[in-house]
Amino acid sequence: MGTAALLIDFGSTYTKLRAVDIAARRLLGWGQGPSTVTTDIMVGMRASLADLERRLGGLPRFQYRLASSSAAGGLRMVTVGLVRELTAEAARRAALGAGAKLVGAFAYRLTLGDIDAVVKLAPDILLLAGGTDGGNRDVLLHNARMLAQSALACPVVLAGNRDTTDEARTLLAGKDVIATENVMPELNVLNIEPARAAVRQVFIDRIVHAKGIDRAQPEFDAVLMPTPAAVLEGARLVADGCDGEAGLGPLMVVDPGGATTDVHSIATGEPSAPGVIVHGLPEPRVKRTVEGDLGMRHNAANIVDVAGIDAIAADAGLGAQRTRAIVEEVARDVGRLPRGLEERAVDQALVRAAVRHAVTRHCGTVRTVYAVTGPVAVQEGKDLSNVAAVIGTGGALVHGADPRSALAAALAGPDDPNSLRPKAPRLLLDRHYLLYACGLLASVEPKAALELALRNLEPIDTMSPLEQTHAV
Amino acid sequence: MPAHAAPARGDAAVVVTGVIGSDTHIVGNRILSMALERAGYKVVSLGALTPAEDFVKAAVETNADVILVSSLYGQGELDCRGFRDLCVEAGLERILLYVGGNLVVGKQAWPDVEKRFLAMGFDRAAAPGTRVETVLEWLASDLAQRHRSG
Repeated sequence: MGTAALLIDFGSTYTKLRAVDIAARRLLGWGQGPSTVTTDIMVGMRASLADLERRLGGLPRFQYRLASSSAAGGLRMVTVGLVRELTAEAARRAALGAGAKLVGAFAYRLTLGDIDAVVKLAPDILLLAGGTDGGNRDVLLHNARMLAQSALACPVVLAGNRDTTDEARTLLAGKDVIATENVMPELNVLNIEPARAAVRQVFIDRIVHAKGIDRAQPEFDAVLMPTPAAVLEGARLVADGCDGEAGLGPLMVVDPGGATTDVHSIATGEPSAPGVIVHGLPEPRVKRTVEGDLGMRHNAANIVDVAGIDAIAADAGLGAQRTRAIVEEVARDVGRLPRGLEERAVDQALVRAAVRHAVTRHCGTVRTVYAVTGPVAVQEGKDLSNVAAVIGTGGALVHGADPRSALAAALAGPDDPNSLRPKAPRLLLDRHYLLYACGLLASVEPKAALELALRNLEPIDTMSPLEQTHAV
Repeated sequence: MPAHAAPARGDAAVVVTGVIGSDTHIVGNRILSMALERAGYKVVSLGALTPAEDFVKAAVETNADVILVSSLYGQGELDCRGFRDLCVEAGLERILLYVGGNLVVGKQAWPDVEKRFLAMGFDRAAAPGTRVETVLEWLASDLAQRHRSG
């Protein structure tokens, strides 16, 4: 056996391990234990290592032991900006791109009520933005003053109008302040990488310790990032490739989970048709959205609200009443795996609806505006109609009755022609939950990580040649 | 940075420009934006097909001194209705509002048209054929007056 790496995900329910052979680009095995961050993280770590050891018949010497974490509530963030669609939106995107769980997003001047809400939310990090460089100063300084007088204890990442940085730092003297570049230095110019990097550094330097994850330090070398950021890094690697090795090109990752549905895209999102005018805030090439109302268990009832009971029932092939009863049952018992044919059918309908709506919200739209000079196509958001691949990950998809049909719910359809969803991508399944592991491994062995990912992403677009002819 | 170098933005007045409504005529607006930049203004250019709300949001975020609205397709009166109210609502009571282009359809006497736009809360309305130099003069004098009145 060549050199091995251990990739750890300290999750909210499980501690998950992946052991890989770096030289052979091969998954050696996996191990799983409970998540015990809230008590003693070492209990879950030891249990998952023992599980891995049992499966492998012994543990190899690991050259790298890298971890990501979404335990203890994940990286809980609050963002504050000025105009909701401008700097407040840029701040939201920076937090999501850093792999955070966004628990609050505020705009304009914070009121006493807002401050109260922020303190109650008790975020791990607050991202404070507002104003373009040389633009509005008053609102950010007002918000800094309000936060300074509050009981908020978490680090504040400052990413607003650069003219306010010194003054805001002085105002926030009692707090832990990390200043970085403005998320929107010029109007409609998005600059979220520096804020993302600052958030990640705070996560490594402080949050890992604050959440007690570092108590498992004897068993790992470093906690590099929140788990959603590791998935995003994995997606970026698979799309872009690395030195001397091509990736798959523009792609999308869909991850329907128990509480939320995450969608990641690595694509510029520029119009695929000529002559289209793009409106609104520019889109980040590496984008993550989280749909807090689309979760397979905690938010099963919400999926029904969004999609409509009739649509879910029709997709499941059951009556509306029976469908609703099953949905209520699974929502009450969030750890439940589907039992029997009817529950599996409802589960499949729920995952399809979650994927469909989450992807629709992630993708942009195009509409026709009738100008005097004739019709003009105006695009808002990302055009992802030409992405090369859509990758499905997460238990609900992988262990569902029909992963192909669940993932196909991401595709563009004739019923919604204005949505810029993928048209004819390859459908791939992350069956062994390796995307986060490859994202972590990419930080030390990018080529091995890329090849490992490419070998293990399983094509599931197995239409017959006849079907394919008709689909085109 | 040497002491004599110009500051990054300095105290240059900020002007938001764009073409309002479902109007794609961008050329005149672009020429005006270039002239303003050359004259030392900081220009935030929103381009064609810009809803009224987007002018106001951009002005808030960039702390703009002036919004300069172009309308070339004859629907200006409809598109600009309530523009001042939007600004007041967003806390921009004192912002200078200029409008210009082919503001109305058909042959209407300019003084009538101008009166209507001033009544809507615009500080200046530019008749078709107004020269760039005239707009620059208006700006210099209006901004100086704003400055004097604090």
